[in-house]
Amino acid sequence: MSSTPTAGSLRVLPVGDRALLLEVDSTAQVAALHAELLRRRAAGELGEVAEIVPAARTVLLDGVTAPATLAARVTGWTVPPLTESEGPLFTVPVRYDGPDLPEVAEHWGVSPAEAAEVIGGTTFRVAFCGFAPGFGYLTGLPPHLHVPRRGTPRTAVPAGSLGLAGEYAGVYPRSSPGGWQLIGTTDTALWDPAREPAALFAPGARVRFTEVAP
Amino acid sequence: MRAEVEVVRAGALTTVQDRGRTGLAHLGVPRSGALDAQAYALGNRLLGNPPGTASLETTLDGVALRAPAGSALTVAVTGAPCPVRVAGRPAAWAAPVRVPPGALLEVGSAAQGLRSYVAVRGGFAPPEVLGSRSADLLSGLGPPPLTAGTFLPLGPTPETPVAGADTPRVPAPPAELVLPVRLGPRENWFTPQSVAALGRSTYRAAAASNRIGLRTEAGPPLARTRAGELPSEGMVLGAVQVPPDGLPVIFLADHPVTGGYPVLGVVPPQSLDAAAQTRPGTPIRFTLHR
Repeated sequence: MSSTPTAGSLRVLPVGDRALLLEVDSTAQVAALHAELLRRRAAGELGEVAEIVPAARTVLLDGVTAPATLAARVTGWTVPPLTESEGPLFTVPVRYDGPDLPEVAEHWGVSPAEAAEVIGGTTFRVAFCGFAPGFGYLTGLPPHLHVPRRGTPRTAVPAGSLGLAGEYAGVYPRSSPGGWQLIGTTDTALWDPAREPAALFAPGARVRFTEVAP
Repeated sequence: MRAEVEVVRAGALTTVQDRGRTGLAHLGVPRSGALDAQAYALGNRLLGNPPGTASLETTLDGVALRAPAGSALTVAVTGAPCPVRVAGRPAAWAAPVRVPPGALLEVGSAAQGLRSYVAVRGGFAPPEVLGSRSADLLSGLGPPPLTAGTFLPLGPTPETPVAGADTPRVPAPPAELVLPVRLGPRENWFTPQSVAALGRSTYRAAAASNRIGLRTEAGPPLARTRAGELPSEGMVLGAVQVPPDGLPVIFLADHPVTGGYPVLGVVPPQSLDAAAQTRPGTPIRFTLHR
């Protein structure tokens, strides 16, 4: 696998001797490819793969016993786009009490109440997890609503904080440092290792935030 | 339920480790697990424990434990070679050792290498988190690092007998670490000249190394062919990630599951046991291949 096979916009990059990085051009393509990989794994078509890890523009297949064989097969796939209704839907109640809500609203050119309505009217999708167990990177906001990270990260963001940064929204599963713009808070436990499933926001899940009174 | 082992001296950093958590990277859960997988596995084999039984991983200066008043322990210390004492008397390294009821087991400072493994027949048995007892120091999953005065529960004694004396010894860690690197997936982020220089140069293990990664210093930094950042992507064990300072970091078991710095290449898992035993200041060379 010294060369890089391609299938349409799908590139396959070897990662060591037991992993493949599948690279596409957009978050939407990652979501579609990830769903396709889960379908094919369920159908027993992937062979042995320990981890399927979606990210911003890639899906990593790790712990692959026959990466060359799988790489050759992947290049022949036609991946259908994801339908909007695919994936489990979670509804998460949120109080719009975040310290950065006024700034985000100003950035969007609306009032804080209208900003809350924008969030409430959006169906997000968990693109991938990272940063901390159960921290999902949620996509769904159109480009004109993307906001920059804070200039100075906070040393402690409370657990349950709903934040925005770049193309993503996310809820901090536990208190940690963070640079995202905080717009609200939820009491829903995003992460509980003793629960099955431990992470509420797994890649592919859909999320809606409903407003509750502070 | 069996009696518990008292932590008399915790050492610089001693954690409970097993084979870690697999299949959860997509939820942001690192793999964790014993860094020197061979040394860890040897301890369990010596004691007749099933593979995956939890042991202790020490860092440089060992640990001291007291056996329960009512029952003896059988232990084995592997990994970084170090003095082992039971009730004040010298005992064997890398062999089954009996610790009488109430006696003190002292695992001393590593003579070479960095991490010793203390296996006990039956295993240490703090509660499992997501199928593992490993302490994950990146995300805080699993039992916290040991502290003096605390107690560790023990697991049930296995059916299989303690191994004989013919078990092969693990070689001591080399004075120089040589890491094979299979280039990719982001080799093209770096100039060919600086990649070639990496293959010709000697780096040193940096003091900031930890369970997340082996950091390097004192070698030529890798030069990028492009500005900007890579969108976050999945990371593998052994990934040679290159942060903006250009000095490679080799990802060990507690590595983050995704990262935004480009990965020049990957060190195979079998070479990471030696990486886990590499003290700060040790020379590191890379042999590059495709």
